[in-house]
Amino acid sequence: MTTGIIFNIQRYSIHDGPGIRTTVFLKGCPLSCWWCQNPESQLSGQEMIFWGDRCISCGACSAICPSSAIQIKNGIPITEKEKCILCGKCIEKCPALAREMIGKKMTVESVIKEIEKDLVFYEESDGGVTFSGGEPLGQSEFLESLLNACQEKKIHTAVDTSGYISWEILEKVAPKVNLFLYDLKIMDSERHRKYTGVSNEIILENLKKLSSAYHNISVRFPVIPGINDDDQNIRETGEFLSSLKITQVNLLPYHYIGIDKYKRLGRTYKLVITQPPSEEKLSEISGILSKFNLKVKLRG
Amino acid sequence: MNERVEKLRQESLDTQPYISIERANLVTEAYQKYAGTVSIPALRALVFRHLLENKSISIGEGEIIVGERGEHPQATPSFPELCCHSIEDFNLINDREKIAFKVSEEDKKIQEEKIIPYWENRSMRGRIFKEMTRQWKDCYEAGIFTEFMEQRAPGHTVADDKIYHKGFLDFQKDIKKSLQNLDYLNDVESYQKQEELKAMLICAKAIISFAKRYTDKALELARSEKNSPRKMELLKIAEVCSHVPANSPRNFWEALQMYWFVHVGVISELNTWDSFNPGRLDQHLYPFYKKELEEGTLTEEKAKELLECFWIKFNNQPAPPKVGVTLAESGTYTDFANINNGGLKIDGEDGVNELTYLILDVIDEMRLLQPSTNIQLSRKSPDRFLKRAGEIIRKGWGQPSVFNAEKVIEEMLRQGKSIEDARCGGTSGCVETGAFGKESYILTGYFNLVKVLEITLNNGIDPRTGKKIGIETGEPIQLNSFAELLQAFKNQLHHFIDIKIRGNNIIERLYAIYMPAPFLSIIISDCIEKGKDYNAGGARYNTDYIQGVGIGTITDSLSVIKYHVFEHKNISMEKLKKVLKGNFAGHEEVRQLFLNKTPRYGNDDDYADDIMKLVFNAFYQEVNGRKNTKGGVYRINMLPTTCHIYFGSVAGATPDGRKAGQPVSEGISPVQGADRLGPTAVIKSAAKMDQVKTGGTLLNQKFTPQLLEGEEGINNLAHLIRAYFKLGGHHIQLNVVSSATLRAAQKEPEEYRNLIVRVAGYSDYFNNLSKTLQDEIISRTEHQFC
Repeated sequence: MTTGIIFNIQRYSIHDGPGIRTTVFLKGCPLSCWWCQNPESQLSGQEMIFWGDRCISCGACSAICPSSAIQIKNGIPITEKEKCILCGKCIEKCPALAREMIGKKMTVESVIKEIEKDLVFYEESDGGVTFSGGEPLGQSEFLESLLNACQEKKIHTAVDTSGYISWEILEKVAPKVNLFLYDLKIMDSERHRKYTGVSNEIILENLKKLSSAYHNISVRFPVIPGINDDDQNIRETGEFLSSLKITQVNLLPYHYIGIDKYKRLGRTYKLVITQPPSEEKLSEISGILSKFNLKVKLRG
Repeated sequence: MNERVEKLRQESLDTQPYISIERANLVTEAYQKYAGTVSIPALRALVFRHLLENKSISIGEGEIIVGERGEHPQATPSFPELCCHSIEDFNLINDREKIAFKVSEEDKKIQEEKIIPYWENRSMRGRIFKEMTRQWKDCYEAGIFTEFMEQRAPGHTVADDKIYHKGFLDFQKDIKKSLQNLDYLNDVESYQKQEELKAMLICAKAIISFAKRYTDKALELARSEKNSPRKMELLKIAEVCSHVPANSPRNFWEALQMYWFVHVGVISELNTWDSFNPGRLDQHLYPFYKKELEEGTLTEEKAKELLECFWIKFNNQPAPPKVGVTLAESGTYTDFANINNGGLKIDGEDGVNELTYLILDVIDEMRLLQPSTNIQLSRKSPDRFLKRAGEIIRKGWGQPSVFNAEKVIEEMLRQGKSIEDARCGGTSGCVETGAFGKESYILTGYFNLVKVLEITLNNGIDPRTGKKIGIETGEPIQLNSFAELLQAFKNQLHHFIDIKIRGNNIIERLYAIYMPAPFLSIIISDCIEKGKDYNAGGARYNTDYIQGVGIGTITDSLSVIKYHVFEHKNISMEKLKKVLKGNFAGHEEVRQLFLNKTPRYGNDDDYADDIMKLVFNAFYQEVNGRKNTKGGVYRINMLPTTCHIYFGSVAGATPDGRKAGQPVSEGISPVQGADRLGPTAVIKSAAKMDQVKTGGTLLNQKFTPQLLEGEEGINNLAHLIRAYFKLGGHHIQLNVVSSATLRAAQKEPEEYRNLIVRVAGYSDYFNNLSKTLQDEIISRTEHQFC
């Protein structure tokens, strides 16, 4: 039985492809973008998070922990990560949902069962399922099985990818995807490496190849003030895309709604908080890109 | 809106509502003069006539649709023959900060010296309580059920199209014909019928004379009017009022004025919950609109102005305040006039027309709480219609609500109505299905499902008072299975429904005998043909409803018991009872366990949803089909208005984690905060209820504005609604959360766990965000769609 690690299945997603969708978030990402608002998606393994404000200090977690990894200090449970074996017993015992395991091993069947729950909404809205992440192609066999099952059940599929994946994998999966949401961040390779952890050659190359064979690609461009919203990057992006066959470019304005997650995960957020781009800036970028004969759409 | 409408609208909003003693005075005079000398239907008709002949009338500056229940806009009469306000009541309404009605010292004096002495022992409220058993009173006081007819007359009916085809001279002919057909030799009821029909005749004449007073008033004003366009308008008003309601209307203006006279008549005769409204207004007015546009005698602009003036008239009539504890607990200015738009025509074709869109524009511009409005969405309705409504819904002031036209019709067919009558019906009040103009569909009271479970868990005793008001269904500790517990609940349910219906059957007869409504009866089929009053079974269809409240709370409570007590044995029944008795004090971990680790209704989880179905079916089987005294039967509804707050206030802590006194769930919505998987999951859960067995269900869904942004936000909203209706939903009310709601969510996260914030590529629950981010979203919300 093929299984994968999923960190969220979100129903009524309305910004990740057409219509009403269920977005399945697969865990693990080769990139680590500074602005990432889903930091729990990055590591491929399971992680435990702690919601301090939900904790009622009952001590149930500490009492059940088989490896004595949790000590209660001043009413707050402190977990020693080294000792924790991620058995999940404390999560089961915690009555207040203060402990949560990010990442759940799921079979293809069980994911499909969740997806099918909203069939009536997909049918009504021409929606479907979006596989996102992390990088969904990072679990390519699992993703392929999911896509096969959706194809069989005539459910529209979208795959939201960073493009940072071997061409062989992309090529193999592509015929089963109804719509690609392809993220493009920075054109300059060095700058790309600085802010995402990897260089962009593979990403650009893959997009070239993919778009020559498939014409169902929406490019998603996150607008991060001060990082990729400069004229030069926008123009280079426009130039690059104008040579390809893509259906549209979506501008996704930066936001920092997810920054609390870093704290819960015990990590730090690298980006010094940047304000979301102004509407003027967004329409300016949209204007520039439009000049390259691109269909530009604000937001998802 | 134009200058006239803006001025009238502002006046309506700015005028402080006040109690007008005029009606009480005139009604008392008429009773003193006629009571005991004529039959009761005749008495009620003479009271109606006396009122319409003598009440003060006015035509406001700039008004083109005329007539008020009081002497001026916002003047609110009382109905002492139903329930009589005490001086303390008057002081309370006058002095309170919110929803105050001013009462003058002079009026208080009249109330004390004239009204109270006459009505003290004669009002319906007194009569009703005198006739109710100790057992009924115990249940009433415990908050098992409420009683609708205790302060208001039976209502909940809506006009159909007959008043646009017939004037009251035509109705007089019908009544006379019916009188001539009376068979005194063979029909033992012929005398009662004769008196009822004579009463109708008096009322039909009275409403025409009432309109004549407006004609005279308009002519009088015209004579002294210097401004010549206004002078012309006043002459036109005089012309309109001399034609309707005596005759059927000839044009758009007359059609609106026709309805308005009928409306004023109905709400002056009795205080009938004021759900009375024109119903399918776009259908009724369209022939006039179309004809006049074609002939060039009306413009779209003029039609809109007339409609907007008509809208304001509704807002000018606040709901008469209640008495006693109900007055102290409830405060509202608004009644439940709920105008229907769209739907299907009598022949099954799509009912949406150009006037429907014009009315939607009116709703959008007027933004008045009264009249309330809804759209009846059918599979045939164009998307443009739904999306136009969606644009208004998105603005977040609560209108229009959305109904499933096919389901509403199916509900009526299941109840045995003809397909034509069903298609010409709709929904009124909050969500109640009815055959407009042909049915008396009375809500008799809310029923507290949660309290019945509480009493079951206490073997018949109400733990709040220690009184034994239920039956002994066994100590819960001795119940061995969930099935046994459910049976015990069903037995208690049977016991309490018996008590409620026994009381209803008496109350209904009291109204049939002492408080007929001959004016209303004229316009409801088939009262004239049968010679019977609306309150005595004269209508073509006679349905009584009991409205179940708290389905979410009771489902989750039973789910906790099934899951944690019987199946997983995480807690014993004994401990559960102890924890509930102590209102979870010192047992927060147990409460959290119940709240967070139990399958709960609203998450598309069959475990919980199956329990919902069990409770729903138990309630349905207990009530549906029982006979009432008017030749009809009982049905169920699943709506709370605001009663879920009162019912929560009398119920102790419940197993779902709800603390004592907190509101129970409303309508068929999940418990506040229990649904955690978004709107599609809620819809799937709610649709598992076989809603066609009801006469209305109410589903509320909260949306943050971000979910409705842009054209796509509207499209997806439309898809969501269509999908719910495809699954069999009756109604959905979409509330766009205000910044105030979000602030409340910051304070009480538990109850708002379901608030989703959506941004492309990311989504979270509002309560997962830090305070700073929440504040940011709040401030963004304040600047949206306004």
